[in-house]
Amino acid sequence: MKNERYELNKELAQMLKGGVIMDVTNAEQAKIAEKAGACAVMALERIPADIRAAGGVSRMSDPRLIKEIQSAVTIPVMAKVRIGHFAEAQILEALEIDYIDESEVLSPADDIYHINKHDFQVPFVCGAKNLGEALRRIDEGASMIRTKGEPGTGDVIQAVKHMRLIQSEIRNLVATREDELFNKAKELQVSYDLVKYVHENGKLPVVNFAAGGVATPADAALMMQLGAEGVFVGSGIFKSGDPAKRAAAIVKAVTNFKDPLVLAEVSENLGEAMVGINEEEIELLMRERGE
Amino acid sequence: MKIGILALQGAFIEHANMLQALNVDSFEIRQKKDLNQPMDGMILPGGESTTMYKLLVDLDLFDSVKEKIQQGLPVFGTCAGLLLLAKTVHNHSNPYIQTMDIIARKNAYGRQLGSFRTIGTFAGIENVPFVFIRAPYIEQVGDGVEVLAIIDDKIVAARQDNQLATAFHPELTKDLTIHRYFIEMCKKQ
Repeated sequence: MKNERYELNKELAQMLKGGVIMDVTNAEQAKIAEKAGACAVMALERIPADIRAAGGVSRMSDPRLIKEIQSAVTIPVMAKVRIGHFAEAQILEALEIDYIDESEVLSPADDIYHINKHDFQVPFVCGAKNLGEALRRIDEGASMIRTKGEPGTGDVIQAVKHMRLIQSEIRNLVATREDELFNKAKELQVSYDLVKYVHENGKLPVVNFAAGGVATPADAALMMQLGAEGVFVGSGIFKSGDPAKRAAAIVKAVTNFKDPLVLAEVSENLGEAMVGINEEEIELLMRERGE
Repeated sequence: MKIGILALQGAFIEHANMLQALNVDSFEIRQKKDLNQPMDGMILPGGESTTMYKLLVDLDLFDSVKEKIQQGLPVFGTCAGLLLLAKTVHNHSNPYIQTMDIIARKNAYGRQLGSFRTIGTFAGIENVPFVFIRAPYIEQVGDGVEVLAIIDDKIVAARQDNQLATAFHPELTKDLTIHRYFIEMCKKQ
């Protein structure tokens, strides 16, 4: 039964593939996102760029806000909890959230342990910057993975780095001799079964999205060409000049990520992109949270 | 035999894998020019119906897809694909392709916690695995619509001439029954 629930949760992520999941902070933004073609929304009080600007401790959103967003749209609604904060996760499960993001964007609640996601019926997505992190989260019960990137920066460099690293580590694992897999499992600090799965299938056992710094249709297409199965866009949409137009453009770019003509067309006249912060200007490195 | 799979968003690769297991060729439909390829049938996969509808319109595929279905091209919609085909989606204001005379309900089983799997009977074939992910069901069918599967008194699969729709996802299982049924439809057309 428990296993069956996990399968269903992985399968919901399969339905999100080829889509864009957008951060929204109220019902009105959620409707804009749905209308623009988002395949799901992430409900949160402040988008990552504003979390960065405000500083302080960042926590799970007010359940009332989440409920308002749930009743505003028919697409899946996700929400974030702090790393290790299983009580916040219990609250989101009680709200029948469609996906929980145990996220480094919020202030971590535990500097050692992630949530035991096997204890929950609702699905979890977690961030990762390398294969070991991705597989450890899956061992803990995550049914979807995304790159960490560097949220709220509008700078795609970290998402690119993480996706490239995960993909190249997967390729290396495929090429690894079978009798060396046991040691690989030790190195990665994950179960042998997971290492064997990746070795045999050449991919993670769950869907893998890009996240953290995606701001333009070209960014989204870049991540898809690097092997992402879909894209999270956080601050990039509602921090830009024309959110509805930019959102729709990113949706189209993800569908036709291999066609430069379509990408050129949708990139035209989008108004101002989010200003963004360069990697070296960042004081708070969210990606270092939760290994 | 060649099947076009709408590949705007969602679980379209899973359908291609099922067809491959049946030795049937397929191709992805992402743009209008993809519709120029000859095809013997079309699959509308699972995913988000609002996303797919938006992309059908924005990428100027909508009219051509609807026309092909109206002209008799065999079509198979799963979950979101069912919603796209339905004449009416009870709790949703957007009109979609509306070629199939059924009234459907979106997210009929609730949110993700309501997703489930079960074993059912499809067109008289027993023991077929059904996977429901935030699934719709069919509330009502018009004349000329054949009901193919019922779970807990709810219609979850139906056919109207060249159109086949399931509320569940056969492409998430290893059971080829329903894809085989669809390929037979395509052969007879």
